[in-house]
Amino acid sequence: MKHLLATDGLEPALATAVLDTADELKRTLLGREVRKLPTLRGRTVITLFYENSTRTRVSFEIAGKWMSADVINVSSSASSVSKGESLRDTALTLAAAGADCVIIRHPASGAAQRLAGWLDEAGTAVVNAGDGMHEHPTQALLDAATLRERLGTLDGRRVAIVGDVLHSRVARSNIHLLTALGAEVVLVAPPTLLPPGVEALPVTVSHELDAELPGVDAVMMLRVQAERMHGGFFPSAREYSIAYGLSEQRLKMLPEHAVVLHPGPMLRGMEIASAVADAPSSAITEQVRNGVHVRMAVLYHLLAGEDEK
Amino acid sequence: MSVLIRGARLYGEGDPVDVLVADGLISAIGSVEPPEDAEVIDAAGQVLLPGFVDLHTHLREPGREDAETIETGSAAAALGGYTAVFAMANTDPVADNAVVVEHVWRRGRETGLVDVHPVGAVTVGLNGEKLAELGTMAKSAAGVRMFSDDGHCVADPLIMRRALEYSTALNAVIAQHAEEPRLTVGAQAHEGEIASRLGYAGWPASAEESIVARDCLLAQHAGARLHVCHVSTAGTVDVLRWAKNRQGPGFISAEVTPHHLLLTDERLATYDPVNKVNPPLRTGGDAARLRAALAEGVIDCVATDHAPHPVQDKDCEWAAAKPGMLGLQTALSVVTETMVATGLLDWRGVARVMSERPAEIAGLPDQGRPLVTGEPANLVLVDPDAAWTVRGAELASLAANTPYEGMRLPGVVTLTLLRGRITAREGKIG
Repeated sequence: MKHLLATDGLEPALATAVLDTADELKRTLLGREVRKLPTLRGRTVITLFYENSTRTRVSFEIAGKWMSADVINVSSSASSVSKGESLRDTALTLAAAGADCVIIRHPASGAAQRLAGWLDEAGTAVVNAGDGMHEHPTQALLDAATLRERLGTLDGRRVAIVGDVLHSRVARSNIHLLTALGAEVVLVAPPTLLPPGVEALPVTVSHELDAELPGVDAVMMLRVQAERMHGGFFPSAREYSIAYGLSEQRLKMLPEHAVVLHPGPMLRGMEIASAVADAPSSAITEQVRNGVHVRMAVLYHLLAGEDEK
Repeated sequence: MSVLIRGARLYGEGDPVDVLVADGLISAIGSVEPPEDAEVIDAAGQVLLPGFVDLHTHLREPGREDAETIETGSAAAALGGYTAVFAMANTDPVADNAVVVEHVWRRGRETGLVDVHPVGAVTVGLNGEKLAELGTMAKSAAGVRMFSDDGHCVADPLIMRRALEYSTALNAVIAQHAEEPRLTVGAQAHEGEIASRLGYAGWPASAEESIVARDCLLAQHAGARLHVCHVSTAGTVDVLRWAKNRQGPGFISAEVTPHHLLLTDERLATYDPVNKVNPPLRTGGDAARLRAALAEGVIDCVATDHAPHPVQDKDCEWAAAKPGMLGLQTALSVVTETMVATGLLDWRGVARVMSERPAEIAGLPDQGRPLVTGEPANLVLVDPDAAWTVRGAELASLAANTPYEGMRLPGVVTLTLLRGRITAREGKIG
């Protein structure tokens, strides 16, 4: 693996290998007091974030540090792109300064792929930590890791992705990865929050959450991304919550073994009831925990792995 | 000084004939002995057509002389077979007054490689709020007869209505960039499967079609002339067909760009902004309908929307990149590839869509004329059997943002004459 830019087109065998590595790392570190592996000693990992983020950035930073890489965080407000240094110049600067891996989050779809193109010659690996409305592949990998852990396998399992699919890079990455790993995906959203041309995706579509819940093994609630809205996608937060929120009553409609996921940050009371977020079927904190191991695995496959070398 | 073009096939039809050009006019056609001072060009059976007319060119001067100048853009035009181009108003300062349009017109005359006709802005500063001084620009030395806010849509229906009404007294045409701005906030690519997969905010077909439908109705009620810029969707073709049937000839006209005839949104997966253009590349189905509509005459003509951008405005992330593509030097070849090679148009048809109809729409009396004795010698000679490989760095434009980089295309312009004077020959100026 040279870069991780998207789950669209990611070989299922490679995805599985990353997930297996994550499991192994998790087992290795379990119960250890000093959670530090020497694997990436002397390697330099830079996080380059053009959008605010808590969990993703922290998760990558911890992943790098637990593997003994030198991790440097660079922040830039999105607006400085138009005013100041170009993304290309920033990328070349970081590569010249010695970055072995650049982890980028950027509001423009495709920014990670462009970056990979510019850094190809320097041999710097690029990880997409979220690009616009395109993809967030490590989120999908950590979701898959969590589901595998809870459900044993993804093969033949049915997962509902609920909410603002239109603007969600998490949804796009999950659709590709989960279906590649053998799961069925049903998207549940109002028509205004589904991507145009959704029928071309390997999914089914529903506007009725209640009808879907009894038949799924997992439900993934998406945040309603208010900051992306140009308005008018649904009449009111209340109507949205009534139609598409995961309430306590709805939790009871799920099969007993079913898992509740949320990529965070949650809007408690909007798309997910507070009691549901904290219920035993919720795997939300496990997602965060697995996120570190999955990102360690990604860095391992990019910087130390033997595959595709 | 005269030029004898020996053995050319007029409109690619019939046997080769000699065409003598003298004093800016076609002075003889047939079997002609060269006068002593004549420069003789051996056409060897190539296709002779009236010089091309581009209703939609961005020459970037004044304001962005790092992307293109009137001189370099004129050179690209001459090399592409053009004898007249219309320079869009979105310069800096905007061509919304007589001073700027006269400046552009004068710089075009000084350069002398192609007739440069400035397009005047419809509204002050392209803001869509207040009519620019259309009458003053029409009466200026530039004699502006086409007005457009291109790059922006005249979205306010009342402003558009007034512009159409007012233009009728000037014998002018309003050229609309049809894009309902409320439907394209943040839009980056054609709304559909591919944009959804790649995470681009969608530019829906309905944003174009709804404005075209509205404007056709406004133009009809005003008795005004409307020209629809860069038609990009199958739905717009249907609206145009309906409006033209309803209103009769002479009121509604439309153009299509070469890139919308050839390229589709399948190209966007690389995220390379060389493919970013407004309106966006559409689907293969749209491109097929646009080709058919051009052949049929529902779309009147080809216009390049030649839009040079310096490298820093393209070598960046998609969302930050400027929309637009070079087009002047590749238009004939793309039309050859999409329309001639496919049998949709013969060379007489190419003359219609690249020269005669645009000259009529813009009201140019000396362009797009028949190839007969006594007519102005605005001519282009095309080698229909040759092909060439496009290299952005080798094009005459200052910028190099061609989406056809590395593509091998048929149809080569070998000679361009502006009023009897050679402006381009075998890929070289003059």
